[in-house]
Amino acid sequence: MVDDAHPAVELRGLRKRFGEVVAVDGVDLEIVDGEFFSMLGPSGSGKTTVLRMVGGFELPTEGTVLLGGKDVTRLAPFERDVCTVFQDYALFPSMNVRDNVAYGLRVRGTGRVERARQADEALAGVRLAGFGDRKPAELSGGQRQRVALARALVVRPRVLLLDEPLGALDLKLREQMQMELKAIQRDVGITFVFVTHDQEEALTMSDRVAVFDAGRVEQVGTPADLYERPATAFVAGFVGTSNLLEGDAAARLFGDNGTHSVRPEKIQVSRDLSASGEPGEQAVTGTVAEVVYAGASTRFIVDLDTGGRLMALQQNRHSDSSDVAELRGSKVRLSWRRSHGISIGTTAEQPTPGRTPR
Amino acid sequence: MWLPRPLTWALRCAVGLTLAFIYVPLLVVVLNAFNPDRVSTWPPSGFTLDWWREALTNQGALDATLVSVQVALCATALALALGTLASFALQRYAFFGRDAVSLLVILPIALPGIVTGLSLNAAFTAMLGLDLGFLTIVVAHATFCIVVVFNNVIARLRRLGETAEAASMDLGATRFTTFRLVTFPALRSALLAGGLLAFALSFDEIIVTTFTAGAGTETLPIWILNNLTRPNNAPVVNVVGTCLIVFSILPIYLSQKLSGTASGGRF
Repeated sequence: MVDDAHPAVELRGLRKRFGEVVAVDGVDLEIVDGEFFSMLGPSGSGKTTVLRMVGGFELPTEGTVLLGGKDVTRLAPFERDVCTVFQDYALFPSMNVRDNVAYGLRVRGTGRVERARQADEALAGVRLAGFGDRKPAELSGGQRQRVALARALVVRPRVLLLDEPLGALDLKLREQMQMELKAIQRDVGITFVFVTHDQEEALTMSDRVAVFDAGRVEQVGTPADLYERPATAFVAGFVGTSNLLEGDAAARLFGDNGTHSVRPEKIQVSRDLSASGEPGEQAVTGTVAEVVYAGASTRFIVDLDTGGRLMALQQNRHSDSSDVAELRGSKVRLSWRRSHGISIGTTAEQPTPGRTPR
Repeated sequence: MWLPRPLTWALRCAVGLTLAFIYVPLLVVVLNAFNPDRVSTWPPSGFTLDWWREALTNQGALDATLVSVQVALCATALALALGTLASFALQRYAFFGRDAVSLLVILPIALPGIVTGLSLNAAFTAMLGLDLGFLTIVVAHATFCIVVVFNNVIARLRRLGETAEAASMDLGATRFTTFRLVTFPALRSALLAGGLLAFALSFDEIIVTTFTAGAGTETLPIWILNNLTRPNNAPVVNVVGTCLIVFSILPIYLSQKLSGTASGGRF
């Protein structure tokens, strides 16, 4: 039964130590009923361990896991109202697809005819009607993925946990499955808790996202919150391209020497160096260090005259590859609305290497 | 790969000769089972089924066969239970001395049979004060039968991983239901392959058996050894030998088929 008074999942002071390693270091989260909630972070940030503690596969070293207000910290997986979709799908190889999907109903004592009916219905729900008699080995990766999803959904859990379920799929299929997952979640109305290291995936699918680093939650918010108003340099670096300016370079542009960021697509690149700035606009000149033509858009990496480096992203509405290549080494003017400058504060933390323009 | 023609033929001959060296002697036993002469002659002087009739009424051979089958069944059952438990313990749990235990479990198959036989004989009689007989043979056979079951099951467990079982419990199944519906079906063909191998190993074992059988109990291989040199029974031995060839090839063939299909990705 859905209990409106309590969040679907509530984590209080969750910690998990494996020997000397602290995998999860004090996590507090509340996940609302019916929400598509993502836990985003680099590998080793503790997001999967948190998921496993919610699922009942790991026992927390400290802290409490509540499902619908009920303390389930020490309960076995089969005693809690959650289901997990595993990264490798974990289908039962000896059973056909229908028996796989019906498994949860079978162990709950649902009759043979009824569970076959519900399994077929669930398979139709993930667009796999008619696949019931096949063996998992005869399915493609995307189809296995959907069987795993149907198998978990058929028992109507209060919360569905998904552990990087799209990780093993190729890019095209992954994008298609992202859309489908989101649609399925809307249809069934079950709370989804989704673990991923792919920031784009988290942004496109989620109602809210928790960004993990080193066993802690850096920020929780809507995708727009994280992208437009990152709370820490780590979040700015991990979600999207960071474009960080620090120290003197930041001081000259923004007035203080904290960490500042401007998203690449907010920056306008112009060859007219003397253009007069509009009100509320910030402008700086620099030299184009690198131009990367990427079909729909072009990335400019610009060394600023005031120090520091920014990446700017321009839609290729009027230009093509031959136009932009000439710009390498030339002087350009970068401008953006003052409100698009993000002040991240003076945290000493370094963003993930490879995310800042070089 | 392309090879010069003469080399190809030379290699083919080498393979042919090697296989012939192994299998022609077996063929001689089979031929002699139908040879009217009491002593092995070449070429056979005719064709007869007399020895088969004689073998079917030979009480010693029949008793020994029964003992061998019973021993093999008991040793296999024991090996299946213990080998499976050992493989679960060594695959699923990390504990101090795991590698050492793993080695100790596998070692009996590598130990010379004569050493195993001697030491078990000493242990049974001197240390435990047991009378040698059916029970001691079963225990002795189980020591090396466990290994083949263990090897088969642990290989399957490694490939199976633990997520299928985790998924089962996640979907609401208890540990026991998970074993019954998920783990056991996945292990079934590995258990069958290991069991068949164990049965075959036990059925034709002679060295360890000699040391642990005592005076009253005779397994089929020991009966053969005892009767080989008696002119009256030699033809019957050939008949029994022919049967044994068939019965030992069959389980090996089946177990290969089973592990073959299993490694093809289907359980």
